[in-house]
Amino acid sequence: MSALFLVTIGIENFLAVGALLFALGFAIALSKRNAIGVLMGVELMLNAVNLTLLTFSRFSPSDRPVAGATFVVFVITVAAAEAAVALALAVSVYRNRDTVDVDKINLLKS
Amino acid sequence: MSGLDIVGPQFAVLLAAGAVLMVDALMPQNRRLVPYIALLGLGASAIWTGTWVARDNYQEAFHGTLSLDQYAVFFYFLFAGITATVVLASIDWVNQEGRGQGEYYALVLTVCAGLMFLSAARDLITIFLALELSSIPQYILAGWGKDRRSSEAGLKYLLLGAIASALLLYGMALLYGLTGTTLLLGIGEFVASPAGEANRSVLVLAMALLIAGFGFKMAIVPFQMWVPDVYQGAPTPVTAFLSVGSKAAAFAVVIRIFFEALGADFLSSDWANVFAGLAAVSMTVGNVMAIVQTDIKRMFGYSSIAQAGNHMIGLAAISVAGEQFTLGASGVLLFVAAYAFTNLGAWVAIIAISQKIGSDQIKDYAGMWKRSPVLTLGLAVCFVSLTGIPPTVGFWAKLYIFNAGIRADLGWLVIIGVLNSVVSAYYYLGVARQMFTGDAEGAEKVRTSPSIGLSLGVATFGVLAFSIVPIPLITAARDAADIFAQR
Repeated sequence: MSALFLVTIGIENFLAVGALLFALGFAIALSKRNAIGVLMGVELMLNAVNLTLLTFSRFSPSDRPVAGATFVVFVITVAAAEAAVALALAVSVYRNRDTVDVDKINLLKS
Repeated sequence: MSGLDIVGPQFAVLLAAGAVLMVDALMPQNRRLVPYIALLGLGASAIWTGTWVARDNYQEAFHGTLSLDQYAVFFYFLFAGITATVVLASIDWVNQEGRGQGEYYALVLTVCAGLMFLSAARDLITIFLALELSSIPQYILAGWGKDRRSSEAGLKYLLLGAIASALLLYGMALLYGLTGTTLLLGIGEFVASPAGEANRSVLVLAMALLIAGFGFKMAIVPFQMWVPDVYQGAPTPVTAFLSVGSKAAAFAVVIRIFFEALGADFLSSDWANVFAGLAAVSMTVGNVMAIVQTDIKRMFGYSSIAQAGNHMIGLAAISVAGEQFTLGASGVLLFVAAYAFTNLGAWVAIIAISQKIGSDQIKDYAGMWKRSPVLTLGLAVCFVSLTGIPPTVGFWAKLYIFNAGIRADLGWLVIIGVLNSVVSAYYYLGVARQMFTGDAEGAEKVRTSPSIGLSLGVATFGVLAFSIVPIPLITAARDAADIFAQR
């Protein structure tokens, strides 16, 4: 029964979900005014990429489709490192300005 | 062939980063030695690279994910030189800041190792990791200063950089899904096969995403919005570093990806056209915006966008097959190296001056000739070279890259480039004129410390030496780019 379900859900469904999540993340990253919100959008984009990579890896005709899965592990690790630095910088900005609203962080203007 | 030899240059740099941290933590009384340990590591790295050249030791490593070729060696030397100059130029500022000696230099060295990996990487995973290894420390460095502008610059750089790398990753995922491999050469084989042309639309989408991701690092329009803000807000030595380091590495990896993986004829004309358009827009927007700036760091931010446009003429100039294929690429390498010397020299002078007068405003640079003739002369030489006035290294690089453009039937782009050089002369030489003829605000002399003097000396010596004898640099750039001709 479960095998039947797997057959009906093909690669294009997974890819479509990945693309949708990526577009959503991009929209969030561009529209959010809170820096943490932007960061969440970016994380969503990265996870959409992970889903896409895993889909390609899972449906790969190759006999050793490990490259995609390996890639995902590295993306997760780098995303964690990036988030740590981002939160530290956000804290530093908050201490200086009492806000993490990207529209109000505007000292740098010509 | 041991694994250590393969990553030797990066290993030396990272070892120095570790040593710097240890000395800073365990022997605080020897803290003053920290930058010199960093320099030692960079020197060892350059010597190690030199032994490769002497042994003619060019090879693939780690199952083709790293390529130790003339191209990588060219950039290894360049990055070691850039980082050493930046370390020298940072000493005063870091001492003045008085905290995090070890961390600062460790981060700078980590960036250098990341840039080196980036220029040798031949695999999508390796490229991504190297890019982040060089980017994440740069975000921290941009937010290093105590003032509010610096942390703002760091956060802006990080958020936009993270979005750019997500776009880049999606492009890489598409390439992987289409070709089933992450190796650039494997992707190149697929793209050149009939299946590649059949999937042209996916390839074009992936290409657009890659250009967006790397365009951010190259600082080209329309991915340039972070440049002036980060350049202005980041501590000046850090700005100097990222204006030449990450830009050079981005061009290095773009050339490798686009020539090796996406170099098939039906696709290369597409991306060459895209790069030609972006080059024209970047040059024009950067130069026009630079004219109206009053802050010298911001002005350099916009001028860096314009210079990225100049670099890109070389990327666009590949449409002719055969030997000419690499003429544009060698032009980019020549331009990258010339720009690195010149821009670093200018930045070191700016670091020295702005530290003493405590201002980044161009009007405060008036009359600097009377206060510090050496710095003024050094800065003026760099301005002349950045404008591209003969007989400077900047002129040779521009001549070479414009020549490549003309041979690739991009006459219109070269005309835009020449017109833009005239516009850039207005603001570059405008600052120089103010420095020589304006009235000085204060009468006190601006003195330079030995480290700043040395780094300024190294950079301007590079500019002057390669202005008089440009042939070795041109030959090196040609040899490096020739690896793409053997495909």
